Amino acid sequence: MKRDLSSHILLSFIKKLAVFLLFIAPSTYADWQLNLREGVTEISRSVYSLHMIIFWICVVIAVVVFGVMLWSVIYHRKSRGAKAQNFHENVYVEIAWTIVPILILVGMAVPATATLKKMYDSSESDIDIQVTGYQWKWRYQYLESGVDFFSSLATPIEQIQGESEKTENYLLEVDNPLVIPVGKKVRFLITANDVIHSWWVPDFAVKKDAIPGFINESWVKAEHTGIYRGQCAELCGKDHGFMPIVVEVKSQEDYQLWLKDQQLAQAEKAKSAEKRWTLDELMVTGKEVYMKSCAACHQANGEGVPGAFPALKGSPLVQGDPGAHIDVVLNGKAGTAMQAFRDQLSATELAAVITYERNAWGDSLGDIISPSQIAKLKQ
Amino acid sequence: MSATEQTVSADMQHGEVNTQDTEHHHGPAKGFSRWLFTTNHKDIGSMYLWFSLAMFMTGGCMALLIRMELFQPGLQMMQPDFFNQMTTMHGLIMVFGAVMPAFVGLANWMIPMMIGAPDMALPRLNNWSFWILPFAFSMMLFTLFMEGGAPNFGWTFYAPLSTTYAPPSVTFFIFAVHMMGISSIMGAINVIVTILNMRPKGMVMMKLPLFVWTWLITAFLLILVMPVLAGVVTMMLMDIHFGTSFFSAAGGGDPVLFQHVFWFFGHPEVYIMILPAFGVVSEIIPTFSRKKLFGYSSMVYATSSIAFLSFIVWAHHMFTVGMPLAGELFFMFATMLIAVPTGVKVFNWVATMFRGSMTFETPMLFAIAFVVLFSIGGFSGLMLAIAPVDFQYHDTYFVVAHFHYVLVPGSVFSIMAAAYYWLPKWTGNYYNEKMGKLHFWLSFIGINITFFPMHFVGLAGMPRRIPDYALQFADFNAVSSVGAFIFGFSQLLFIYNIVSCIRTKNQATPEVWEGAKGLEWTVPSPAPYHTFTTPPKVD
Ligand code: HEC
Ligand code: HEM
Ligand SMILES: [Cu+2]
Ligand SMILES: [Cu+2]
Repeated sequence: MKRDLSSHILLSFIKKLAVFLLFIAPSTYADWQLNLREGVTEISRSVYSLHMIIFWICVVIAVVVFGVMLWSVIYHRKSRGAKAQNFHENVYVEIAWTIVPILILVGMAVPATATLKKMYDSSESDIDIQVTGYQWKWRYQYLESGVDFFSSLATPIEQIQGESEKTENYLLEVDNPLVIPVGKKVRFLITANDVIHSWWVPDFAVKKDAIPGFINESWVKAEHTGIYRGQCAELCGKDHGFMPIVVEVKSQEDYQLWLKDQQLAQAEKAKSAEKRWTLDELMVTGKEVYMKSCAACHQANGEGVPGAFPALKGSPLVQGDPGAHIDVVLNGKAGTAMQAFRDQLSATELAAVITYERNAWGDSLGDIISPSQIAKLKQ
Repeated sequence: MSATEQTVSADMQHGEVNTQDTEHHHGPAKGFSRWLFTTNHKDIGSMYLWFSLAMFMTGGCMALLIRMELFQPGLQMMQPDFFNQMTTMHGLIMVFGAVMPAFVGLANWMIPMMIGAPDMALPRLNNWSFWILPFAFSMMLFTLFMEGGAPNFGWTFYAPLSTTYAPPSVTFFIFAVHMMGISSIMGAINVIVTILNMRPKGMVMMKLPLFVWTWLITAFLLILVMPVLAGVVTMMLMDIHFGTSFFSAAGGGDPVLFQHVFWFFGHPEVYIMILPAFGVVSEIIPTFSRKKLFGYSSMVYATSSIAFLSFIVWAHHMFTVGMPLAGELFFMFATMLIAVPTGVKVFNWVATMFRGSMTFETPMLFAIAFVVLFSIGGFSGLMLAIAPVDFQYHDTYFVVAHFHYVLVPGSVFSIMAAAYYWLPKWTGNYYNEKMGKLHFWLSFIGINITFFPMHFVGLAGMPRRIPDYALQFADFNAVSSVGAFIFGFSQLLFIYNIVSCIRTKNQATPEVWEGAKGLEWTVPSPAPYHTFTTPPKVD
């Protein structure tokens, strides 16, 4: 295709120029992508074609306007002996260049309206998933099958801080991806728990703000299986850049298998609370949970961030009566960034992380908060 | 300070040239009190311009810190929260500290001289509206040293991130915004009263220079929307300290309401930053084309219709909040409509150059670059107006590219063009043309290397306001950062050019430019401390 060829030439030119200018080898995964992706849904393809139409309209107008300008700059310069004419008005020309753009815009508005209407029709869905933005992770609740989990960044902190090599999906990988079946209309009910986030997957052309107190709707009908990656698109605080979205589109059979697995795993988790846990076991699990769910705010060393997130190390509340400590973690503090972790973590995880906080960072109280105790509170 | 010398030389000329201030033999007071108590529009204009330059450099340093962090993927220099503070402060300082005061400074200097008035209509108010600003911005910058840091919620400060979840410094931010707002409203009142009441006989409205027209319309926009901004920050203050829940869903409030109110201010605000730029360019292009501006009256009508439309398009910044389909369509159509009068302006400028007799001094270079690069920003604006496609562009680097194209080679280039255009009138000396051109070319190249690649990373899917990014965006980000440093450091040349223009004697004629038309070119260079104390004859 002609367009591909010319963008290829442009691309290789820019590449050479940059290498020459910067003396840095382009990083292995950088791909100099110039344009929007077409995506994998009917909607995303019509969005792409709208984008290309309006782009070429702009290019044509630019060529004409800048062309006339360049002509004047070259030929109507004083150093060439150009004499200034003295026309400075022409009603017909002025009417023409008002009407013609209006006609072009009307031509553009028609297909745009049609696409927008389709995007807004989220009726007759096969599967409904509630998507909730939290600082800084996503929660997916499958309304029909009861599957419910959180999805947060999986890139290790060492990669972010440059202590180890960055891998291919740096910052675009999560622990638990959202899984949906191919060819089914999946409706998303999008909301948020704390501040505004925005759920965006470019390959689906879906971007909808997740707003506390509101439920926004959007939908997708993916045409191909595969893994699609996106990011939160609304500034939501410190780790806004670190809450990616990964969607795995599976075949119908694989999706059913996955659903079963999830339901089994959830039952398993609930059972683990009945087991007797030792302090050491709880500390190991607790540290894992802490690093994943709490360290973003309270920091790995428990010292917090002055003025924003309190230190847990040496906190009278953490050192004191377990009841108050458990209450804060389970129910959060309304009106602050401290979320309620009651539904986010299992009883075992909650017990482990609270135990961990009470015994880590040198202030060992030696007490154990048992999972069964938390399980009772959770009911 | 330099401006003292400038007026000294103005006084020296007093005897030789017939200035119009024969009755007023007093020059300016001496020392610091001259600046503190001055009611002279030229002094106040100079102070605004110096202030704006200082803010431009401050905000620019923040931008360079941001670009340093983004040079490579990974967190190298700063923590994410500090990064957010930098983007927020950079945006606020550039919008409220650099661009707006620069235009007010130009208005102060030029509006009285262009319409043939002796000064601004309300000189004491004028003094006050300037002197509020240093306090407002000191307060804002001081928040950087507070516990919890400076505001970190973006220059659009969406609630509840800026209320319930904000650092304690947000209260100081709110007071600073109030002060800036008061300053802008007083400045705007002054501009309107001056233009409507201080014109000499014969200076009818349809003879006003376009810079004056665009400022008149801008001043009305300011008066209409600054109180809305004050309202929204006051609602925030109430939510934070007085237990209301305007924007908190938990208390029955509505976070989307914040965005509606903010953008009802915010969209006209972007036109506040561009209409005076249209005015500047409409002065410069005819001068260096040696030809009258094409379509003067259609320029006035286009500016007015842009100003009107700017009040009914605000929700194009909110296409993804989940408005009903009808709302979405209305704001899409209204936004597309804005491209029409904007197009008319561009066509008029091109038609002015067409069959002119052009020369390319520094102001003209900046003005031509303005027309081309602003149009590129206008094109991406038109693309953003298409709601279904905006779902892909919104909150990505594509938007960052769009508004930097309209603001940097748009508003900022027009301010630089204006500075070079009127410097000889202000200082009495020509600046060094070679150095001016060097400054222009470095800026022009720097700007495009910085912002053009942002279109590409935006389309490829890079969200804005992130301190770290996925690997596929690495190369273009490195290119952008290099461009930013080229642009940033070439601004030192701008300062050098201004200072050396003030210091180096190179006497300018009253007309300064061969093709210049207008009252400001009938007074000597430098313009004496008092001009048009007797009204000029206008025919
Ligand atoms: C999004 C940021 C954030 C995350 C994640 C977070 N916290 Fe908090 N946490 C806070 C804030 C803010 C406070 C202070 C609330 C207040 O103003 O009382 C807090 C307070 C606390 C307190 C009370 C401290 C005191 O001295 O009063 C405890 C205990 C606590 N958090 C535990 C946890 C645990 C356990 C986790 C992980 C499971 C966690 N937090 C995750 C932000 C967070
Ligand atoms: C042809 C005229 C223009 C059109 C159609 C247009 C359209 C738009 C649209 C639709 C957006 C929202 C994009 C998004 O967030 O998804 C936007 C953003 C923006 N525009 Fe324009 N625009 C135009 C001219 C201008 C001008 C003249 C300025 C300023 C000088 C400007 C400054 C901005 C800014 C600052 C933003 C970003 C605000 C933010 O989210 O931080 N635009 N524009
Ligand atoms: Cu976010
Ligand atoms: Cu706007």
